[in-house]
Amino acid sequence: MRNIFLFIQRYFVLLCFLVLQAVALYMLFQFNRYHKAAFSGVAQELTGKFNKQVDKVDDYFHLREENRRVHQMNDSLINLLKSNFSSTDTSIKLVTDSLKINDSTKSIRRYFWRPAKVVYGTTGFEKNYIQLNSGSKQGVADNMAVLSSNGTLVGLVVNVSPNFSEVMTLLHIQSQVQASLKNSNVFGKLDWDAKDPRFVFLKGISRDVEVKKGDSVLTSIYSYNYPPGFLIGTIASISTDKASGFYLLKVKTATDFSALQQVFVVENLQRSEQVKLDEDTKKKMDQQKK
Amino acid sequence: MSDLVKNIFRLGVFILVQVYVLNKIPSLHRFIVPYLYYLFILWLPFTMPRLALLAIGFVTGLTLDYFKMTPGLHTAACVLIAYARPFIINLLMPKEVTEFTFREPSPRAMGWGPYAVYALILTAIHHIYLVLLEWLDFGTFLSFIIKVTATTAISMLLILTVELLFPRRMKYRTNTA
Repeated sequence: MRNIFLFIQRYFVLLCFLVLQAVALYMLFQFNRYHKAAFSGVAQELTGKFNKQVDKVDDYFHLREENRRVHQMNDSLINLLKSNFSSTDTSIKLVTDSLKINDSTKSIRRYFWRPAKVVYGTTGFEKNYIQLNSGSKQGVADNMAVLSSNGTLVGLVVNVSPNFSEVMTLLHIQSQVQASLKNSNVFGKLDWDAKDPRFVFLKGISRDVEVKKGDSVLTSIYSYNYPPGFLIGTIASISTDKASGFYLLKVKTATDFSALQQVFVVENLQRSEQVKLDEDTKKKMDQQKK
Repeated sequence: MSDLVKNIFRLGVFILVQVYVLNKIPSLHRFIVPYLYYLFILWLPFTMPRLALLAIGFVTGLTLDYFKMTPGLHTAACVLIAYARPFIINLLMPKEVTEFTFREPSPRAMGWGPYAVYALILTAIHHIYLVLLEWLDFGTFLSFIIKVTATTAISMLLILTVELLFPRRMKYRTNTA
C-alpha cells in the first residue's frame, strides 16, 4: 500500500499528464464520430457571443455586396408577382376558395425555410464548420439543410445550442451529399478531398451517362436532409475512376464559402416520418427472413 | 501588472488573434495553417509549477478547440508541450529555477540561439502531434510529412517575427521581489 502511494507521489505529474491526454483524446474521438462534445452547448453559446461581436464589425465590409444581392433577389421575386401577368381570356376571374376540404389536390408543406446569419466560418482546414446565429430557440435542429441566400447548397446542421448552431459545410472531410445531374437525373455521391476549397468531387455516376463540362449538379430528390433541385455546382473537369469504372467528376461549388453572409436553414417537415418508415421497413424485412 | 493578470490578458489576445486572424486568412497553400497561439505556453514564467503548466495547457487548447469545433485536438497537443517544456528548458539551460535572472523564457533571458532551439523543439512537437492526430482520421504519409514541415516553418517565422516586433520589457529579477 505504502509503495503505491510512493509511486503516485513520485509520478504524480506524469499521471496527471496521462489523464489529461486521455480526456483530450476521448473528446476528440467522441466528437469525430458523433459531432457531440462535452459542454459543447455551453461552449457554443460562449464562442457564439464572441463571434457575433466580431461579425458585427465584419458586416460593414460586405454592405455593398449584400445590398446588391438583396436587390437582385427582390427583383427576381417581383418579377413573379401576379400583377405582372394579364390573362388573354378576359372572362376569367380569380376567386379564392374559402372552403377547407381535405382533398387530395391540396398541397402539403414539406420544407420550411428559416433565415440565419453566419457569424464565424473557415475554409482553410480539413474540417470546416460555420456558426449560425440561430439555434434551438429559433427552431433549428440537427440534420437541417443550409442553403446560401442564392439558393446554393452550403451544408448540414450538426450541432445546436439554444442560440447558435454549427454547420458542417461541403468543405468537410466527412461531408457526403446525394447529388444528381440536372440533365439526366442520375445521382451519385458528393464529397471533398480536403485539397482545394473551390472544388468537390461527384462519384458513382456510371460511364454510359452523357456528361459535359459545365453541367449543373443539383441536390437529389432521394435525400431526406436536403430539398431537391437546388444548385450545388457545375462540372469543371471529367475523368474516370480506374478502379470502379465510374466517372470522377470535379465540381466547382456554386457557393463561395469564404464570403458567406446570409443563409437559409431548411427543415424537412417529413424527415422523422421518412426515417422512421425506413427503419421500420428494415426491421420488417429482417423479421420476414426468420 | 502581476503575472496572473498579464497572462490572462495574453491568453485572450493569443486566442483571439488565432481565431479571428490566423484561422481566417486565405491560406497560402492547403498544407499551411499558421499557428501561433501556443506561444502563450512558451512564454509562461520559469517558476510555474509543472502541474499548473499542464492545467494551463489544457485550458488553452480547449479554448481554441471550442472556437474551431475540434474538441480535444489542440488540447492534446498543448498538454503535451506543457509537459515537455520543463525538460527542454532544463536541457538547454541546466540551472535551478531561482538562478534565472529573468522571469520568462525570451531571447534576452536565454540568448537567441537557445531560445530559437527551445521554440523550434516545442513547435515541432506540437505540430507533429497535432498532424498525427489528424492523420489518424485521414490523409497520406507524404502529406503528413509536408504538413509538419510547412506548418513548423511558418510557425517559427511567426514566432521570430513576434519576438522582434514585441520585445517584452522585463524587469531584472532581484532578491527583494
